[in-house]
Amino acid sequence: MTDMICWLIGGLISISIYLILSPQLMRWLFGIVILSSTINLVIFVAGRLYSQNPAFIPQEGQAFDALLANPLPQALILTAIVIGFGLLAFALVLVRKVWRTFDTTNSDLLGYSETRQSRAGEDEA
Amino acid sequence: MNWLPLLPLLTCFFVVVLNCLFWRHALLQKFTHLTGAILLLCVTGLLFYVVSFQEILVAQSGGYKAPFGITFVIDRLSAIMLLITGIIGFCVSIYAIHDIQTGHQKSGFYFAYWILLMGICGAFSTGDLFNLYVWFEVMLIASFVLLVLGNHRMQLDGAMKYVSLNLVATVLILLAIAMLYAMVGTLNMADLGLKLKAYPLTGTVTTVVLLLAIAFAIKSALFPLFFWLPASYHTTNVTTAAIFAGMLTKVGVYALIRLTTLILPDSHYILSLLLFIAGLTMLTGVLGAASEFHFRRLLSFHIISQIGYMVMGLAIYTSFALAGTIFYIVHHIIVKTNLFLISGICSKIGKTSDIRNLGGFYKQYPYLAILFFIPAFSLAGVPPLSGFWGKLILLKAALNSSHYIITAIALLVSLLTLYSMTKIWTQVFWKEQSTHAPSLESFGTLKLFVTLFPVIILAMMTLTIGLFPQQIFKVMLKAAEQISHPEWYIHAVSGVE
Repeated sequence: MTDMICWLIGGLISISIYLILSPQLMRWLFGIVILSSTINLVIFVAGRLYSQNPAFIPQEGQAFDALLANPLPQALILTAIVIGFGLLAFALVLVRKVWRTFDTTNSDLLGYSETRQSRAGEDEA
Repeated sequence: MNWLPLLPLLTCFFVVVLNCLFWRHALLQKFTHLTGAILLLCVTGLLFYVVSFQEILVAQSGGYKAPFGITFVIDRLSAIMLLITGIIGFCVSIYAIHDIQTGHQKSGFYFAYWILLMGICGAFSTGDLFNLYVWFEVMLIASFVLLVLGNHRMQLDGAMKYVSLNLVATVLILLAIAMLYAMVGTLNMADLGLKLKAYPLTGTVTTVVLLLAIAFAIKSALFPLFFWLPASYHTTNVTTAAIFAGMLTKVGVYALIRLTTLILPDSHYILSLLLFIAGLTMLTGVLGAASEFHFRRLLSFHIISQIGYMVMGLAIYTSFALAGTIFYIVHHIIVKTNLFLISGICSKIGKTSDIRNLGGFYKQYPYLAILFFIPAFSLAGVPPLSGFWGKLILLKAALNSSHYIITAIALLVSLLTLYSMTKIWTQVFWKEQSTHAPSLESFGTLKLFVTLFPVIILAMMTLTIGLFPQQIFKVMLKAAEQISHPEWYIHAVSGVE
């Protein structure tokens, strides 16, 4: 089970890096989305994974320490998902706004804040 | 439960909630904003005072014992950083009153500003790695909002770069956290230090810690990873730029200090890498500044080169050098915030941020020239201002441990800093220029007070540090001694000897 997830993580990370390197902002955003989800999978693996063991401890008797998934990473993932969702939603809105303003989502054509000299009044936000 | 370490956080949170409640009442919002700023200053001062004789304060949230719950720890370093946050928060808050227009206030400037401060306070007071990640995210989302308030073309473009690199940084922190948890099964920083000491020092440990170091390096704008900073800082309004310039990158440096002194102390790979990067950071930052003519963009490049000095002290890693780093951080935060505020005043009077189009300020506003002179030449390291002492300590530490190349670079960078500060000085203050729109006097007494008061306070602080460096350095030395003995921290948190 863990091996399979590890292969999956490797594949997803390579896809996401390929996407992040693209000059198209939408592709970049999808890359970030995939990357942050993949990292959640990494946390998931950190807490031991079993495909067939129940998630509960029997009412009497000991917990099978070695055969039980650790619930703490799952709590960490929940936090990470919530935070990641907020950030990615912001990034999506930002990309849309950039597209509306500059009529392009090609990051090579941006660079306004660095190359263009500021005109009077415009930079005083 | 001792709740003292949570006070700054709770103060910020309280102001956030009140700001939310008073969303439509502009005046009430300003009032809570100011009261909150004063309160935060008092609270951080109190904490600093308590820590100065109680050494390390620990709060276990929910009453869970150390490695299990979220721990908040205030040691001397945290207390110093919190106090400086309180001071900068206070000064910038006053400046904001006039600088922030109603439009920005209605779109939630004060709200985001206090969330940002809450994130900064949280990052300085937490003792848990995952919690640190959460505070980084809180800071990040608030800074995103502050960055794009106003929706100018430049802002959107700058924000795009800021967002993209910082998102990658947070993902990297999370990745490192996952791997650390898989390795040692804990995320409490004190516990991590303890467990990693017992863990076989294989490549895995170095890899994970390096991942964290890269993420924090993006946050603190170190050499190959700083491109988000000069692209975005100059595009926002002056208040936002000032608080960003003062605090944000320094949170990254603080995290780097914790990483190299507490989580994995004495890691030679990472320290020598950091030393190498520190030199390059200094050089690239100052060279960027030398070729720049936008007032705040020039200052943004200087942030990068100054971060190099701090990391240099960290990488040298003696107690004395660490104290130098803390001294330098404090000096730099005060000076840099002040410079951004002054640049805001200058561009407000001159209606442009291009220093080639400004001029004649020395004749018209001699007091403004003096107020600029103090932080600017302190940044360059002219004695007896605070920057001189900061640099002297760091250079002495470097020479003591025979790091000659970095000493040479630091001296050269200092010279170039002086060059670009004189560039501003000659362009903005000495150059003759007749056409001038509104003068400062037309601001009205209250506005004039609100605009100049924070600048005067910060300039006075720079002077005080410059005139009494010994007393202040003693405090820093104690803090450095504490962080170079991580076992004290670990003992205070988990009770393990």
